[in-house]
Amino acid sequence: MSDFLQFVFSGLTVGAIYALVGIGFALIYNASHVINFAQGEFVMIGGMATVALIDLGVPLLPAALVAIAIAALVGVALEKLAIEPARNAGVVTLIIITIGASILVRGVVEVVLGKQFHRLPSFSGDQPILVGGATLHPQSLWIVGALVVLVVGLKLFFDRHPFGKAILATAHNRLAAQLVGIEVKTVLVASFALSAAFGAIGGILTAPLTLTQYDVGVMLGVKGFCAAILGGLGSPFGAVLGGLIVGLAEALAAGYVSSAYKDVVAFVMILLVLFFMPSGLFGTKGTERV
Amino acid sequence: MTSLEVAGLAKSFGGVTAVDDVTFSITPGHIHSIIGPNGAGKTTLFNLVAGLYVPTSGTVRLAGQDVTALAPHQRAALGLGRTFQNLQIFFNMSAIENVMVGRHLRRRAGFLGSLFALPSAWADNREARAQAARLMARVGLEAYLDAEADAMPYGALKRLEIARALAAEPSLLMLDEPAAGLNPTETQEIDRLIQSIAADGITVVLVEHDMKLVMGISDHIIVLDHGRLLAQGTPAEVARDPQVVAAYLGGEPA
Amino acid sequence: MANPALGRWGGLIVLIVVVAALPLVLPNKFYYDIAVKTGLNALVCVGLNLLIGYAGQISLGHAAFFALGGYASAVLTTRYEWNGFLALGAGAVATGIVAYLVARPILRLKGHYLAMATLAFGIIVSLVLNREIWLTGGPDGITVPTLRLGDMRLRSAETWYWITGGALVVVTYLALNLIHSPSGRAIRALHGSEVAAETLGIDVARTKTMVFVLSAVIAAIAGSLFAHADRFITPNEAGFLRSVELVTMVVLGGMASTFGAIVGAALLTVLPQALAGFDEFKHIVLGAILVGTMIFLPKGLVPSLGALIRRWRR
Ligand SMILES: Nc1ncnc2c1ncn2[C@@H]1O[C@H](COP(=O)(O)OP(=O)(O)OP(=O)(O)O)[C@@H](O)[C@H]1O
Ligand SMILES: [Mg+2]
Repeated sequence: MSDFLQFVFSGLTVGAIYALVGIGFALIYNASHVINFAQGEFVMIGGMATVALIDLGVPLLPAALVAIAIAALVGVALEKLAIEPARNAGVVTLIIITIGASILVRGVVEVVLGKQFHRLPSFSGDQPILVGGATLHPQSLWIVGALVVLVVGLKLFFDRHPFGKAILATAHNRLAAQLVGIEVKTVLVASFALSAAFGAIGGILTAPLTLTQYDVGVMLGVKGFCAAILGGLGSPFGAVLGGLIVGLAEALAAGYVSSAYKDVVAFVMILLVLFFMPSGLFGTKGTERV
Repeated sequence: MTSLEVAGLAKSFGGVTAVDDVTFSITPGHIHSIIGPNGAGKTTLFNLVAGLYVPTSGTVRLAGQDVTALAPHQRAALGLGRTFQNLQIFFNMSAIENVMVGRHLRRRAGFLGSLFALPSAWADNREARAQAARLMARVGLEAYLDAEADAMPYGALKRLEIARALAAEPSLLMLDEPAAGLNPTETQEIDRLIQSIAADGITVVLVEHDMKLVMGISDHIIVLDHGRLLAQGTPAEVARDPQVVAAYLGGEPA
Repeated sequence: MANPALGRWGGLIVLIVVVAALPLVLPNKFYYDIAVKTGLNALVCVGLNLLIGYAGQISLGHAAFFALGGYASAVLTTRYEWNGFLALGAGAVATGIVAYLVARPILRLKGHYLAMATLAFGIIVSLVLNREIWLTGGPDGITVPTLRLGDMRLRSAETWYWITGGALVVVTYLALNLIHSPSGRAIRALHGSEVAAETLGIDVARTKTMVFVLSAVIAAIAGSLFAHADRFITPNEAGFLRSVELVTMVVLGGMASTFGAIVGAALLTVLPQALAGFDEFKHIVLGAILVGTMIFLPKGLVPSLGALIRRWRR
């Protein structure tokens, strides 16, 4: 039982990060119908920039805030410089553009900050908390807590704030949104900034647990993509569920089946889901119009 | 013997019932038209017959055979051809290649024959090109043989779809608004083309909003409204039908 | 172009001439090795282009097929002492069967979902290659014996240059045949409009499966040749980034252009070598080139240049 609890703790911790990355995929997909393969790089930027600033003597909180701002700026730059000029390109071309951007970002970080691993100190020490016979790292609480706060905030933003509503409206029907006077361009930029910020927050929160390096974004991006697809593309809240499911499945598989194959779990799961429910767990299915 | 027979056919999308318990049959030869206001379910009906949509209920028979469970390509192999209201051109090919794809069911070379350029593949290519060129001339596109499809005007693309469908030598041809967006001269050409297709013994099912065209060339008309079959008969009978008149004038049926 | 066939076979002749003449300017073994790598990548890309460029189906997991071929050769020749050519054939067949089995469920998907599924497939294969150390040697890779033809040991860089060049010419010839055949038109029709293709009697699922299997088998053969040419293979060959690299070569050179795929493969193989002096900046340059080409020449290099030349002639 305590084993199980232990696996659930680690599953939820990792899953929360996948969820944050997944939300980012969903936000950008909603605004632009682009799958942003550079999503994982935002996570990496968050962690790496915070580490670099702390090395310069900046305290944690301002360092984190600046790192989030840097990631958001990179997100905006990505939209303005790479996505917008290729507005009418096909799916494959857009995928390649975001992949190119991710290689570029990795390259820049590699040159500026080097290839070494970095570790951020834990926010509230490393003294594990005992819960029902299992141990919980305080950082896990930070991660899951941040996810909860961000998801609730996002929900309120979409439901209450006029700009949040505008983002939803654009996702639902771009043309109609334009007709009622919504600045679609602003929505696009905001979506990229927001999703970059979410990724960066994830990166900062996990850096104390997992180390960070210029190329940690690749696998995280792919797993976040899994989360987003599992939750039904374009549904930020579906992506949260998707992320948590992937994280839990990985942790349970690592615990009970084979830790060597924990990474395979997410991908086998996504294949099975796609084979049997081609639009994800929570996606809507329609008949393609001819 | 009927060419096409639908019985109790229905299709709903979420809350919308696009086709609602429609039953009719179409005799071989002749020109049959399906008319109805926008959103009446005409295109949906075509898609059901072609096998692109799975019906909510009901059956489709082609030449007496129940094809309800068959895939679109299997229905094509039974002699069903069609064009599309929203153009479905292969924009990644030249005009003549579009029509050559129409010869797919008549090819002799298989995948390996194609890969190794066996004589059968050569023969297929020669035959397909000759037929395609002939059909393009027939629909008045001889000037566009080697044009890229994405560089052709709308009216030409409409005719290209007809040529492509004819290339498969269908016995039943469904045309979805072939005259939409065409000018009067072009419409007249389409009118003549449809008649010449029917004269070749191909059963034509036409969906069209141009009433002058429909009334002029149809032998038999089926009227749909809100997914339901409202009336059918000769052009004269349909034009006299009070329900049809009401549907078209937007009032309540008498 | 007045006669499209002229361009097609003209291109093949240019390829043959380039392959035949290149040794005149290759100064040493190092350059031969790069040429062999280029040729093997080009081989994979010609096949992958049939899938992506012509059939319009993305695959972000094609490196898996390359690696499956390579590992089949490696494992069968080292652990089971098979004849190299037999192993190559077995690897191609086995990879073809794997591709056939995954093709149907995967190729029902479209767009981003297809991208996700192929990506997942590729990552699963690469993880298995990493983990099954008893069979594959794990992350450290596995040494592959020299390929033998009778008593001849195919070892020198020159020998491999001719093997690769020959294979590339043959596969290019087959690809050109296919594209301009009834089956090839069916394949291209999928890209143009699946719906229209179906209503013309094309069995969409079957046609997709055919191209998928063909491109996988070509990748597997290239992988086997690679394993023997390098005499070493690691699971990196199956990795996500390697799959991405292959797709990038195809798109950069020009989708739906066989010679574009070859040019793309050549550029992205040679460029990193040329940038070796600026190792640090390699990724920046590569990323910038990718983004830039996609924005300014979205059709890829060869088709865009072709259009430019045609316009300039007029
Ligand atoms: N794939 C689909 N998904 C959801 N609703 C659909 C779909 N296809 C058609 N509909 C709906 O079904 C109804 C009938 O549409 P259909 O296109 O068959 O009409 P139509 O008679 O062809 O109209 P028009 O004359 O405008 O072409 C409409 O309300 C339409 O919105
Ligand atoms: Mg219609």
